[in-house]
Amino acid sequence: MAVVQTKQDLVESRIAALAMPEGKAWAKVARQDALARLRAMGLPHRRDEYWKYTDPTSLTQLAASRAALHDDSDETPVFAAIDRLRLVFVDGVFDPAQSDDPALAGVEIMRLTDAMAMDLHWARDYFGKLEAQGQSPVARPLAALNTAFATDGVVIRAIGVAEKPVSLIYLHRDPSSDAILHHVVRVESGASLTLLENGPAAARFNKVMEVSVADDGVFDHVRTQGRDHERRAVTHVFARLGARSQYKSFTLTANGVLTRNEHVITLTGGDASAHVAGAALGDGASGAFHHDDTVFITHDAERCESRQVFKKVLRNSAVGVFQGKILVKPGAQKTDGYQISQSLLLDDDSVFLAKPELEIYADDVSCSHGSTTGAIDETALFYLRARGVPRDVATDLLVLAFIDEAIAEIADARLAEDIRHRLELWLGRRRQG
Amino acid sequence: MLTIKNLHVKLEDEDKQILKGVDLTVEAGRVHAIMGPNGSGKSTLSYVLSGRDGYEVTDGTALLEGEDLLAMEPEERAAAGLFLAFQYPVEIPGVGNMTFLRTALNAQRKLRGEDEISAGDFLKLVREKAKTLKIDAEMLKRPVNVGFSGGEKKRNEILQMAMLEPKMCILDETDSGLDVDAMKLVSDGVNALRDSGRGFLVITHYQRLLDHIKPDVVHIMADGRIVKTGGPELALEVEKNGYADILAEVA
Repeated sequence: MAVVQTKQDLVESRIAALAMPEGKAWAKVARQDALARLRAMGLPHRRDEYWKYTDPTSLTQLAASRAALHDDSDETPVFAAIDRLRLVFVDGVFDPAQSDDPALAGVEIMRLTDAMAMDLHWARDYFGKLEAQGQSPVARPLAALNTAFATDGVVIRAIGVAEKPVSLIYLHRDPSSDAILHHVVRVESGASLTLLENGPAAARFNKVMEVSVADDGVFDHVRTQGRDHERRAVTHVFARLGARSQYKSFTLTANGVLTRNEHVITLTGGDASAHVAGAALGDGASGAFHHDDTVFITHDAERCESRQVFKKVLRNSAVGVFQGKILVKPGAQKTDGYQISQSLLLDDDSVFLAKPELEIYADDVSCSHGSTTGAIDETALFYLRARGVPRDVATDLLVLAFIDEAIAEIADARLAEDIRHRLELWLGRRRQG
Repeated sequence: MLTIKNLHVKLEDEDKQILKGVDLTVEAGRVHAIMGPNGSGKSTLSYVLSGRDGYEVTDGTALLEGEDLLAMEPEERAAAGLFLAFQYPVEIPGVGNMTFLRTALNAQRKLRGEDEISAGDFLKLVREKAKTLKIDAEMLKRPVNVGFSGGEKKRNEILQMAMLEPKMCILDETDSGLDVDAMKLVSDGVNALRDSGRGFLVITHYQRLLDHIKPDVVHIMADGRIVKTGGPELALEVEKNGYADILAEVA
């Protein structure tokens, strides 16, 4: 009872510090509904089962903790060589001056606040709706808070094959910024879109992305979360996938005091496929590192395929968490579900906590999951050294090899190469530093 | 080239002496073979020379061209010109064979203070060497030794040797797991590398490898020591009579 009361107190004081943005009647209703959901759930608490491995305090407290700005002027920004449409947010505020003209063949793009002042049917159909559906069976209060109070974001609708990727760039310029962004993506039947995200966004970042992919749609998502050591982030992706649609998501995380990335994906049409992958490199020597991947995939149609591939490389008291679930609903026959979470611990101080779960209510399915924690393979290390490769270079080579299964989930070879190259750069610089 | 004197080695974690005073000198341009029964310490000798963990040198020295091998890290030994062809080449998932070869070659060059090889020159070199060992482009692209047959793994070892051009090559039971054709291919690869500046130490159980790689000197190792040294005829004697006679003779 005490915890429930604490949670209610927390939510009321948090709400009091926020202002609900203006919008059309439908938008207000969506915001109010989200607020009601949030009030009913309360904010997450350390005692919640779903937050057992990650302390949400710094995500729920009134103000963001200060996060020093990271100077990344020494490297070419990620995706720089990729032809893309750039949309820039500075500390959670869209900056038209730094952004490209949001005109792209096959795609409609609008700022969230503009969309909410109009009667845009597809924005109305999905804003807050996918998040609401994703609140069961597990509550995700920080996502409801986001829907109620998000101050900015984009709505993107792909009606054909997008000419080039849409790239959301999150700059962090104010050491105490607290950003709440909400994006809505709709991929229409047979359309395809690649969405890129990069950057730390703010000292504290709460982001929700709702993705609806219609039958035969294709959605690719690649993001990197910035190298700021002190930033905190909680992100949710809520996706619903139609028949024969394809969904792929990859996230690279290096640094960050606290990151919680949730994926809530429901396969609603037959023969759909969802791949979610992530690679996290954490080094506690340059500040605390805690990275949590929480994934919930629901199979609610026949012959769908899902794949979760998460890799973590941890050292100097870094903490990695994986909570991954595959739920196969009654009737979702011929489901093919796969889940692997692995950590490479480079010393004795780092920690990996994994909770893989399968819940299956159909009898003709194939689901597998695995989780491993291990040190660097000494035999392989010696083999490399015996060929003249110094220990630190050999270790990095094995680290890259370990992560590669996750990177291999990126559909676009140029994007995968960009990510690989960046990792090599980071590791190389760390060796010299 | 390689000078080993009174080498005593025990296991690091247990009180077990493996090498009990090995004396051995391999001259440049010569091929020495070490034969001996299981457990005689042959493989331990190769591991200790290449710097593998788990062993403790309690006495003796090992010099490569006058340099103290035992004081060096494994990568420094490689850069100094030592090469061990592994009995069990290691599979490294996720690391492409080409990346592996290029990284190794450039790492050694860097340790020796030389420039890195250009991408074009590397490609040319690896294609040329791979061709003679019948290693196709597909094998070069695959992760190191992953899914390779026994013969492919050993050919891959010889390819590495050919690329790195070491001064002193140790072959640890390179014949194990090879059929007749593969043995010929591997031996041809090794023979192509024989020259006046390079020494070889070939460790084997059986004489048959020595039909292909003809040694100048044959040593018999037993219980952590070299107990007998002779010419190629010594290998034939082992093949004919086994080790028992020789061991009885030196006991």
